[in-house]
Amino acid sequence: MRRETPKSIADYTPLFFPAVMLVVFFVVPFSTMIAVSFFKRDPAGFYTPDFVVDNYARFLSAFFGRVLGFSLMLSVIVAICCVAIAFPFTYLLTRRPRAVQTVWLVCLLSVLSLSEVIIGFAWSTLFSRTAGITNLFVWLGVMQEPVALLPGFGAVLTGMVYQALPYTILVLYPALVRLDPTLLEAARTLGASPIHAFFNVVTPALRNTIVATLIMVFVFALGSYLLPQILGRPQHWTLSVLITDQAIYQSNMPFAAAMAVFLVLISLALVGLTLLVGRRENAL
Amino acid sequence: MSGLALQDITKQFGDFKAVDSVNLSVPHGKFVCLLGPSGCGKTTLLRMIAGLEEPTEGAIILDGEDITPVPTHKRNLGMVFQSLALFPHLSVGDNISYALRIRGASKDEQKRRAEELLTLVHLPGFADRPVAKLSGGQRQRVAIARALALSPKLFLLDEPMSALDAKLRESMQVELRQLQQRLGITTFVVTHDQREAMTMADVVVVMGEGRIRQAASPMEIYRKPADAFVADFIGSTNLLDVTADNAGRASVLGQVIPDLALPAGTAKASISIRPEDVRLGKPGPGAIPGTVTFVRDLGGTIETFIEAGGQTVVAVATPRERVDVAAGDRVGITLPPEACVVVKS
Amino acid sequence: MSETFLRRLYFAAVALFLGAPLIVVAGVSVNEKQDLAFPPIGFSLSWYAQIFLDPEWRRALIASVVLALTSAALAVAIALPLAWFLWRRIAPWANIFQLLGVAPFILPPVITALGFLTFWATIGLYGQPWTAAISHAIFFVTLPLVTLSLGFASIDRSLVEAASTMGADDRTVLKTVVLPLILPYLVSGYAFAFVLSLNEYIVAYMTIGFVMETLPIKIFNALRYGYTPTMASVSVFFVAIAALVFGLIAWFGDIRRLLGAMSSDES
Repeated sequence: MRRETPKSIADYTPLFFPAVMLVVFFVVPFSTMIAVSFFKRDPAGFYTPDFVVDNYARFLSAFFGRVLGFSLMLSVIVAICCVAIAFPFTYLLTRRPRAVQTVWLVCLLSVLSLSEVIIGFAWSTLFSRTAGITNLFVWLGVMQEPVALLPGFGAVLTGMVYQALPYTILVLYPALVRLDPTLLEAARTLGASPIHAFFNVVTPALRNTIVATLIMVFVFALGSYLLPQILGRPQHWTLSVLITDQAIYQSNMPFAAAMAVFLVLISLALVGLTLLVGRRENAL
Repeated sequence: MSGLALQDITKQFGDFKAVDSVNLSVPHGKFVCLLGPSGCGKTTLLRMIAGLEEPTEGAIILDGEDITPVPTHKRNLGMVFQSLALFPHLSVGDNISYALRIRGASKDEQKRRAEELLTLVHLPGFADRPVAKLSGGQRQRVAIARALALSPKLFLLDEPMSALDAKLRESMQVELRQLQQRLGITTFVVTHDQREAMTMADVVVVMGEGRIRQAASPMEIYRKPADAFVADFIGSTNLLDVTADNAGRASVLGQVIPDLALPAGTAKASISIRPEDVRLGKPGPGAIPGTVTFVRDLGGTIETFIEAGGQTVVAVATPRERVDVAAGDRVGITLPPEACVVVKS
Repeated sequence: MSETFLRRLYFAAVALFLGAPLIVVAGVSVNEKQDLAFPPIGFSLSWYAQIFLDPEWRRALIASVVLALTSAALAVAIALPLAWFLWRRIAPWANIFQLLGVAPFILPPVITALGFLTFWATIGLYGQPWTAAISHAIFFVTLPLVTLSLGFASIDRSLVEAASTMGADDRTVLKTVVLPLILPYLVSGYAFAFVLSLNEYIVAYMTIGFVMETLPIKIFNALRYGYTPTMASVSVFFVAIAALVFGLIAWFGDIRRLLGAMSSDES
């Protein structure tokens, strides 16, 4: 069957339902949110229509700057940790037999689909005083008595790396599984050890993939909103937490919307950068 | 008129003319091979006959009726695709009876027809097998049986043998030809394999760069190629420059060939002469002098490469007609005029 | 030899990292009393029974399952015609809808959630249970869209051509060839959307969180008021469902292909 250009209105009918759904329930809500970001807060209800830039002006406060700075830094660290762990892991995984890969992929998908609530709860248990990992250390004689490892920055970071690691592996998987094995065999015949070949052949060949993955994991980590609340202290709250907090608990939807728009802009800029990096890779 | 006629068929893809004003008339029941190098437009032409591509210009006439605007599914044709396109989710029997099923034929009717066709292609009792379990040759037969399910007016095959190994290919060619003769169905096969075309076809249509270069019987195509392209594409040949002097005598490689006439007014042209027509002997009057550069003994035939007048001439002989020469020997070549075909350069 | 050992060590470390929290949660979930203790003190499966017996947990479970079933169905209903159209027709501008389908998934979820919150609040439908189903369908439409696009790309177009030479019109081709071939991809798209919807918190919270509880909302609310082992048993229950669904996809389909490996017969 050749693909054809649609000739009559009837040829467009399959597009009708998806288009209406996506426009009404994504484009319109999204635009509503942008509109609301310019509205005025109404303490009695949600908001009153207006056009003010106060919501954006609030970004300029020191408090907001600190939250933004912390969010970005946290996401960068998460992205670096994840890629550093996931890249060699995914590479090794793609060289394993198919059955092994399948089992791992099923496990990774199961962890990836876990609710942030559950991840937060699981790690808070693991880091707790009564059921946590420190009990194991006490039993091994490494520690005197069990302690709680949360709330704290380390707990937030661990939780977020846990959340993003399966995502990272699954983003890297296609690129690595399609890597031409003869590339490596060539390196081996020239006398490179496997570890040598990995760092001198695989890593440079996939440099752009690594950069693109870093950015994607960074955006993914920016979206984390529950883990900082469950595992961290208020100073560990990120932009996503702040948006939820403003929208739900402070009932300040215009300000929440303004922050969300700002977050979209950051994310879009980074996704655009990813596409650009990807395109350059394809052009090579 | 009964049969298929193509009138001024042109297919343009952007700036590229894949098929360029093709005219062809095929009487009912003929076996036609569309032959040519890849990219010559033969598959595009077949797909236009099937209605899978729309001609940019021209008309396709089947039994006197213009079918150009008729969509594929109403054309009543059977087609075998290069990939065979067997439905992986259906059994062999369900693949074959697909056309009957979508027309609402009864289960019994479907079963009966599938078995009938399987018998026709020598696979009786295969109806319940999954397609994935078949060998290459069996898939081929199932694809043929499926295409014939509705006794179509036209039978189209796009490089049907390309997935088979050489031995199987040859026996399938013979089988396909016999099947076609038994059913008397107008058949078009696209192929780039000239042996395949010679084996099966009533009419070989040689295409190059979107045009029909020659459409004729296999023997005529081989013996009387219309131009250098056809001569070169079909079998192997020697293409040699020929010049005519004022008296109209034609000479090749500096030697006048009596009885070889160029079209009036032509001073320069080429001739095509098949290697098996080149005679090899001792140097002497009337023969073109040359030096043997290489001898290839293939068992069944012996190929001798001779350098003469700055060109290489290949002569092929059977062991019985063998002239014992070795590289470096000086020889004389004679070109029988009746075997020389003048082709445009 | 040492390379193999290092590799095994590395795989084991990753497995431990991914598995440890779940093992602890699983251990906690079988505590006999309402303790947050690991290793568990005593053994009891009563906290699993709680999910079904306690009216609040049961209500949350039913709400979650209904939400996941309907929203995944709606997501597939949106993705299928779109993916089919994009495969069937040359209409470059229609790719904008593909982009719209993928966008909610790539952007931070809080943005989509807030978009829905403002939208439903503005048109006065805030809190209706079905608004969450639509919101989840849009949020997860990416998953069936991606699996179905992969599925369509894997169909040899000559199969469709073969069907039409045998007299099948567009509708018949769709029914007898395209849909049967696309079915595994449709099922996996549905399953992906189902599992993720089951686990989703923030969109559900911002659309219906004040009116009703899904399981993730219920866990989070319970977490804020203190601990109950039911949270652990629900978590284990969720992991089991996800592992079961993805395991089934892997068993009946080719999960490597769905995740980007090129074809099923390589390596």
